[in-house]
Amino acid sequence: MTYFIARDSAALSIGAEQTADALTSAAPDADIVRTGSRGLYWLEPLVEIEHAGRRVGFGPVDAGDVDDVVHAVANGTQEQHPRFVGRIDQLLREQGQQRLTFARCGVIAPTDFDAFVQHGGTAGLRAALAQSGQATIDAVKESGLRGRGGAGFPAGIKWQTVHDTPGAEKFVVCNADEGDSGTFADRMLMEGDPFTLLEGMAIAGVATGATQGYIYLRSEYPDALQTLTEAIDVAHRHGMLGSNVLGSGYGFDIEIRLGAGAYICGEETSLLESLEGKRGLIRFKPPLPAIEGFQAKPTVLNNVITLATTPTILAHGAATYQGLGINKSCGTLTLQLAGNVARPGLYEIPFGTTLGHVINELGGGSASGRPVRTAQVGGPLGAYVPVQHFDTPIGYEELGEKHAMVGHGGVVVFDDSVDMAEQARFAMEFTDIESCGKCTPCRVGSVRAQEVISEIVAGNDRESNAELLRELMELMGQGSLCAHGGMAPAPVLSALNHFSEDFGVHAPAEVD
Amino acid sequence: MQSSFDAQNAAVRAICADHADQPTPLLPILHAVQAHLGYVPDTSIGEIAYALNQTRAEIFGVLSFYHDFRREPPKLHTLKVCRAEACQAVGGRAVWSAAASAADNGGDVDVEAVYCLGNCACAPAVQLNGHTLGRVTPERVSNLVAGGNQAEVSS
Repeated sequence: MTYFIARDSAALSIGAEQTADALTSAAPDADIVRTGSRGLYWLEPLVEIEHAGRRVGFGPVDAGDVDDVVHAVANGTQEQHPRFVGRIDQLLREQGQQRLTFARCGVIAPTDFDAFVQHGGTAGLRAALAQSGQATIDAVKESGLRGRGGAGFPAGIKWQTVHDTPGAEKFVVCNADEGDSGTFADRMLMEGDPFTLLEGMAIAGVATGATQGYIYLRSEYPDALQTLTEAIDVAHRHGMLGSNVLGSGYGFDIEIRLGAGAYICGEETSLLESLEGKRGLIRFKPPLPAIEGFQAKPTVLNNVITLATTPTILAHGAATYQGLGINKSCGTLTLQLAGNVARPGLYEIPFGTTLGHVINELGGGSASGRPVRTAQVGGPLGAYVPVQHFDTPIGYEELGEKHAMVGHGGVVVFDDSVDMAEQARFAMEFTDIESCGKCTPCRVGSVRAQEVISEIVAGNDRESNAELLRELMELMGQGSLCAHGGMAPAPVLSALNHFSEDFGVHAPAEVD
Repeated sequence: MQSSFDAQNAAVRAICADHADQPTPLLPILHAVQAHLGYVPDTSIGEIAYALNQTRAEIFGVLSFYHDFRREPPKLHTLKVCRAEACQAVGGRAVWSAAASAADNGGDVDVEAVYCLGNCACAPAVQLNGHTLGRVTPERVSNLVAGGNQAEVSS
């Protein structure tokens, strides 16, 4: 009998280690495989058993439930057990999930290279090594893959620029500074299936002519650091990294660099400054990092999920990936559902489903049982989307029309107890604390906006202060040098315009 | 007293030498110094500047920019409390208030605000000495800070 239990840090944070320990005592003869998480966090700690070639799950299983579960399995009465949830892959299918990027996460032990290969690992890299760099870039372009870190820029075009820029030395930099609240897909992938990220980085290197990769990892993820470090070592021993990648003669290596607690370093140019050992101040663009990136050399700079998606594109063909999704949003989105929701977790689904479906059907509505009032989509700089817009299909352009954004795919749900004026003030407090300070609209505007919101909340000249707040937001939006100040008006304006009653002001004449 | 400074500086010099072959090594050096000494003392700034052929102002500028680097010796335990939106949606504000007021009452715990630990699906989240804890309550976090639950504090 084989048992599978996550060692993902979120599962550990709610007792997975205690469950695993209890299982070791209760079933001393069983094999226990520690995996990443399936992302079904309302079922964690999730225990899966493999029996007759099938995997079925029980969850949530606290340490105190273990004896009972083991007993039921031994008696063959597992299906009657109250924690029995059936086949997990079937559950994912019923939810409409299509696990491409996350196909192995939660299935295999994260640093088991043989299991990685058995489940399709290295196929994408082998395909890239067997063809020209241009052919690989063409495939990424054809797939329609857009940067999953937030900006949504076509990945293939970025790679093409690096490919076409002459330079003896080029780099691949992975942005693993996942600082947005409500997002955890990067962490899950790095903890649950790190080889896929390494494979994606190697593909980017082979395609563009880069030989050195850096993973810029945020310091808040100590478990991811440990897993990635081990994975790089294992990948070396199996020849997926090093001077002779999978026997091709091509050299590619990866070093991890740890951030030091600065949200702004998730912005690509700040990240490069930080990687170069400087304060994380943003750079003016142009030049683009693809032309002058790390140490002024051509640099592919992509988010974890973007890079980790390229192996499946190369292995299964660009057309398969491109065929999913809607309009200009191709493939799957690794949607992260969190906040006040009954079934929080990772949902990898094709673009085009609606927020309402995700929150109410997949997520099961609020965790508190109170009515859902809003969801903040796309991180702390994303808009608060009101319930009346929940029928919007999830796509870059589709959400953009509602002044919202996909961002890194985080959806944070709030019930009707939320105070939207307080959320707006917090957005500016956060922008202020995490501003790099280089440009005035962001540095000063975020402080001034907190003062103005406080005036409104205190009931002083509400209407004129609301007008002042709108002007201030327009100035920040238009005048800031990077997305930190430039996007920060979204949560404030969406709160003010859609939830004006919380500010005690009149609703604007037109809210679209 | 002088000798402890000398020992610290020797340790910093050795760390700088360890990173001599690495491109752009300042952040790795600062992390290594903090891991070794618990903080980055002001006396080490000159050593690092000398090793990297940079000014002390440049090193100080980097050291003071990042939230993680400490310039004073830390307390015995560090509790990072997430104050971001996903935690706020399920009671994170109360958890922060409880942690902050417990810290004001003394104890050997540094309480720091962080904006996302990536544990949003099991919020509210805190991180104690590098271990992430999920679904915490104000009561539990007060106990952590007050040392009422030594098993968790020492884990």
